[in-house]
Amino acid sequence: MQLLFYILAAISVISAVAVVSSRSPMNSVIALVVCFLSIAGHYVLLNAQFLAMVHIIVYTGAIMVLFLFVIMLLNLNRAAEPMKTLGTRVVAVLAGGLLFVTLLAALRHGIEARAANAYDPTVGLVKSVGMSLYTEFLLPFEVSSVLFLSAVVGVVLLAGKERPWTPPTMEPTETEGARGE
Amino acid sequence: MVNTGVLAPLVPLLPLLGAVVIGALRRRMGAVQAGALATAMIGAGFAISLVLFAGFDTAAGGTTVRLLDWMAVTGMDIPLALRVDALSLTMMLIVTGVGTLIHLYSIGYMHDDPRAATFFSNLNLFTFCMLVLVMGSNFLVTFVGWEGVGLCSYLLIGFWYTRPDYNYAARKAFVMNRIGDVGMVLAMVLLFHLFGTLEYAAIMDKAAGMRWNDPLLVTATLLLVLGATGKSAQVPLFTWLPDAMAGPTPVSALIHAATMVTAGIFLVVRGSVLFELAPFTQEVIVWVGTATALLAASIGLLQNDIKKVLAYSTVSQLGYMFVALGTGAYGAAMFHVTTHAFFKALLFLGAGSVIHALGGEQDIRKMGGLKGKVRTTYLTFLAGTAAISGLPLLSGFFSKDLIMAHAFQHGPEVFVLLLIGALFTAFYMFRLLFLVFFGTYRGEAEPHESPITMTLPLVVLAVLSVVGGVLNLPHLFGGNEALKHYLGTAAAGIANEELVLSAATEIALMAVTLVLVALTIVLAHARFVKRTTLEGDPAAMPPLKRLVAERWRIDELYARLFERPYAWLSRTLHRIGEERVVVPLMNGVGTVAIRTGQALRKLQTGNASFHLLAMAAGIIIFLLITLLTDPR
Amino acid sequence: MENVITAIRVVPLEHYVYLSFLLFCIGVAGVVFRRNTIIILMCIELMFNSVNLLLAAFSAHHSDPRGQVFVFFIMLVAAAEVTVGLAILVMMKRYANSVDVNQLNTLKW
Repeated sequence: MQLLFYILAAISVISAVAVVSSRSPMNSVIALVVCFLSIAGHYVLLNAQFLAMVHIIVYTGAIMVLFLFVIMLLNLNRAAEPMKTLGTRVVAVLAGGLLFVTLLAALRHGIEARAANAYDPTVGLVKSVGMSLYTEFLLPFEVSSVLFLSAVVGVVLLAGKERPWTPPTMEPTETEGARGE
Repeated sequence: MVNTGVLAPLVPLLPLLGAVVIGALRRRMGAVQAGALATAMIGAGFAISLVLFAGFDTAAGGTTVRLLDWMAVTGMDIPLALRVDALSLTMMLIVTGVGTLIHLYSIGYMHDDPRAATFFSNLNLFTFCMLVLVMGSNFLVTFVGWEGVGLCSYLLIGFWYTRPDYNYAARKAFVMNRIGDVGMVLAMVLLFHLFGTLEYAAIMDKAAGMRWNDPLLVTATLLLVLGATGKSAQVPLFTWLPDAMAGPTPVSALIHAATMVTAGIFLVVRGSVLFELAPFTQEVIVWVGTATALLAASIGLLQNDIKKVLAYSTVSQLGYMFVALGTGAYGAAMFHVTTHAFFKALLFLGAGSVIHALGGEQDIRKMGGLKGKVRTTYLTFLAGTAAISGLPLLSGFFSKDLIMAHAFQHGPEVFVLLLIGALFTAFYMFRLLFLVFFGTYRGEAEPHESPITMTLPLVVLAVLSVVGGVLNLPHLFGGNEALKHYLGTAAAGIANEELVLSAATEIALMAVTLVLVALTIVLAHARFVKRTTLEGDPAAMPPLKRLVAERWRIDELYARLFERPYAWLSRTLHRIGEERVVVPLMNGVGTVAIRTGQALRKLQTGNASFHLLAMAAGIIIFLLITLLTDPR
Repeated sequence: MENVITAIRVVPLEHYVYLSFLLFCIGVAGVVFRRNTIIILMCIELMFNSVNLLLAAFSAHHSDPRGQVFVFFIMLVAAAEVTVGLAILVMMKRYANSVDVNQLNTLKW
């Protein structure tokens, strides 16, 4: 059982690295899907069955398909892929590594491992999460629908219709340039 | 039973409403509309005051109307509260009553002024502040009104702001009042230290437990007196009041004669219990008052501006009130405040009427012979002059006589000095009367009588000046000193004051005063009616007379003592502190900011991915700092 | 079922934390590493998921369903964010004809 966790963890990390390092956007998306599926596996291991299902449906199903759709729409491929300079890439790896070391250092005293509640095998089942969601978190749940509504409106406004609009000039204007001196 | 809790706040709030409405609509309102609204607001206040007065139960002592918590912390509870008792009711009636008449008068007086609406707005605001001052239930609320009237006084003295010397006069009044205000603030701090409260009622109760002549209490009362000298124009802070005549005449009548300048007197009466415990302070008050009464009266003898004469007369009369306060005769002081409000408002309004009639002329050397031309003004002015000079059975006679009797009881030397002051008063008032209304006309403008809105207040005030004495008719004339007993319900000190002179002494004092006053009037008649003596250039006068004509050169003295050293100090500080230290320092700060900005703006590339990297770096640094400073 | 439940106790909580840190740091590195805006968005999703995993692990460990409700809400916000983000991306492609993040260099004006 422990072994299963480490196998899943290895899949997650390798696919995450693949997301970043793959040259083709298409491969990145596939790697991310794999990564998300392994995370869903982690949820199952944690007995969070509700989360596992929602995760697969929302992330792997909806969001990743959206990504694929956009990539197709924009016709992105390996040839068009912009890459950064070597220096920037080194800096990026350094930043990520440094952050990881820092975070590990924050945990050098270990974490409080004592469980706050008695072990309850039903936590994570649909019933338990649903009870919490529809009683204690009813108001945020309802309010989140407003968030979705605004997101829908925003997207329609942004991508809906071609409007006569000119992008801001990339060059500084006369007055701005004069003020900068 | 009258609902004091509802009615009392209305009295000050109505004028405030008037001030706000007129102020907001000042560009659309004419003089008559604004004036009518302002008058109506004060008039309503007067009516409510009358209702409160009628429904007031003297046995209860007074009611406190708590409107809001203001400063409520542990050990300190200062509410925004109004106090309705005999003292505040008396002052409310004076402020709103005389105020209504003066507002009415102003409609005629300010008729042609393009900024009349602003004027009425300010005048209403003043009335509001004055009512807060007299109705406040603790020193701090009173202080709010105190500062408010100072502000309105400043605004109204400098009302015709295009004249630089008027602005200077306004500034002078403000600064001189500020000196007194510092005293008042310090006194409040000290009183809070002593009593732990600023409520009048609570202080009155707690003061009973104070030691007689307690040094802190004496200091506090002396500081209160400093505040009162500033507001009530006493020596040494009196020079602003004559200059304050730069304002329109109704302002002089309302603020600088009838109401605001009596605030100092009111304050001392409010704190009478404290002053009773500090005899040293009382002695100081007596001598400040005496000096003021005499000094101002002497200056009044040789002034040529009709309003300046009245201004010095006001200062002098306030000195009398101070003497009364110092001798413990608070009732007498309030009595004189009341009668003085009547006859001095009358005199100022009469003077205003004369000035109006002559198209703005204020120099009495260019008047004369107006008796037949402005009949109503003349008759009412005559009544006012007779009242202030203390002619028998007029209001001024009773109030001034009461103060003189108390002064005699305190010490004959004070009485003699006050008597000289009273003779001066009679002389300069009749000089004014004779030079303005008798003899031949010496000016050019064509005199005309003022409109009814101006003469009506004159007549009402004249009647009050004549019969005002009945308010506090002494035993000698068959009265029972009604005002004193009424006020006695508000402040313990008033109930105690008792004249222990025998009736014979009282009559003798009165007789001496009367004979000398009569002689003075005859002298004035001989000098100014038989042959009109006009004062010329002070430079040509004998030394002492010249000194008096030049107002004892007190302004010049102050200039030499305070203004010039101050100006020198300012210049020096400017040269050394400002130019050598502050300016380079400020420029340095600016330069550092500019340099830093120039260096840092290179970081602001505008590239989104660079900003992302910077953000990640920032988070890492932040985490590292948290980690490294973690004590574990 | 019984086997799965025991796994919660068998795997130490620390290991979930380390895994989550690792995924998060890969996400951060990826955001800086790549110029393609769409990959950057995907890296952000990766970071979201590492946090979700952490929350779920703690929730299971403490037997408290509220942690999983938070995960649910984070997914909700992520979904909204992705839709808007992709819409902006489409706009960017439409007007600048590129998804290079270096095109977004007008932030200083």
